[in-house]
Amino acid sequence: MKGIEVAQLSYSYGAKQALDDVSFAVEAGQFCALLGPNGAGKSTLFNLLTRLFTSPQGTIKIAGHSLNGSPRKALATLGIVFQQSTLDLDLSVHQNLKYFAALHGISGHKANMQIEASLEKLGMLERAGEKARLLNGGHRRRAEIARALIHNPSVLLLDEPTVGLDAAARASITDHVHQLCDDGTTVLWATHLTDEVRDEDRLIVLHQAHILADGLTKEIRGGSALKDKFLNLTGASA
Amino acid sequence: MRPYLTSLWAIVAREALRFIHQRERFIAALVRPLIWLLVFAAGFRAALGLSIIPPYQTYITYETYIVPGLCGMVLLFNGMQSSLSLVYDREMGSMKLLLTSPMPRWWLLFCKLIGSTSISILQVYAFLAIAGAFGITMPAIGYVTVLPALIGAGVMLGALGLLLSSFIKQLENFAGVMNFVIFPMFFLSSALYPLWKMAESSELLYAICALNPFTQAVELIRFALYGQFNGIALFWTLIGAGTFTLLALWGYNPARTGLAKRG
Repeated sequence: MKGIEVAQLSYSYGAKQALDDVSFAVEAGQFCALLGPNGAGKSTLFNLLTRLFTSPQGTIKIAGHSLNGSPRKALATLGIVFQQSTLDLDLSVHQNLKYFAALHGISGHKANMQIEASLEKLGMLERAGEKARLLNGGHRRRAEIARALIHNPSVLLLDEPTVGLDAAARASITDHVHQLCDDGTTVLWATHLTDEVRDEDRLIVLHQAHILADGLTKEIRGGSALKDKFLNLTGASA
Repeated sequence: MRPYLTSLWAIVAREALRFIHQRERFIAALVRPLIWLLVFAAGFRAALGLSIIPPYQTYITYETYIVPGLCGMVLLFNGMQSSLSLVYDREMGSMKLLLTSPMPRWWLLFCKLIGSTSISILQVYAFLAIAGAFGITMPAIGYVTVLPALIGAGVMLGALGLLLSSFIKQLENFAGVMNFVIFPMFFLSSALYPLWKMAESSELLYAICALNPFTQAVELIRFALYGQFNGIALFWTLIGAGTFTLLALWGYNPARTGLAKRG
């Protein structure tokens, strides 16, 4: 089964075309990097995939559920990490996760069990009682990823999740998320940083509302470094 | 049904926690009407003579007259405050968390509305308690019968806040809400003066005041505080609540959000 299916999706802000007839599919359990420079249309695509926006042109399916036809079923299978932090800084990590669980209708013992499992997975269990304000950037991000996993989503979307983090924290989060695919989770990871993409990852290069390349990273980059290939594809100078 | 109640409880509890964390907001919400009650009303007591109008059965002091209007003021300011926090949530990104929940969007917004209305009502009772401590009291039964009126008025004003938050794009635009929503609604109402007084000055202003949904909310509260029922005020308050809620739901429709962004 496909984790994500996008077909002929278009979106515009007035005269400015943000996405133009974009189609792609990500297999279940696959790590797919969505690489594009700033303004490529990545955030617009995320807003459409999470139903913050809707478009009359094109279709989106999440884990087989149409986002237009069965939005609640589709959203229930989706875990989302937004580019901007959405933790309530005055609440503890556990309280933040509990609030999110409740938004998915999960409460009581079940919620506590799933929160614990999720924090454990991200190595954050010992920080459950800490206020979000006291966490460093890397740990805040991990808490947000743990939060996105509470309801056991089959698809995880991450919109530039490593922005503003140091190299060690970036590497750690990239590793954690790659490991999630081993459990069958489909991951769509939007980024503009080529060093976060591995050779065996599926890669989609988005630029100026169009997909420029789609395939395995090692096949797309060929003999050159991914950074050079990416700059070459997008017409930017190094 | 349980997931619905779980999300309702979580959203209301979060609103309450946020309110507790903002102690200055609570103090401001109390000080504002108390200044009107204890300073403004004292100064204007002699200037504004009041005749006996329903629900009052005898001459009343001006302080007693403006208590229902000041209850409305607490609800109005709190409705706008929750609108402000929704705009803030959107700017900070936490609104996305709410809107991408698999619960129906109308339900999530309704939970927000219930949360902000509950906080408003607690503030009104705190205000009534302090007013009572200063000797401005209502019939004992009024403190009970006013509750459904406060719920109706609170939902209407909260829904207005929700509606405004769906159209206000940035926090900076919020000053306009003060000038173009809060002040006109408050001053063009029966909160500070009975409508017949306004009619003596201007028929046009009287007509505007009578059409103002805030006037209806204040009258609903005024009658309820004396254990009386004002069907017309209830009818227009509910119409206002329903209209603002439907418009707010439309405002938060993802298709419209996208359209608005295309600007």
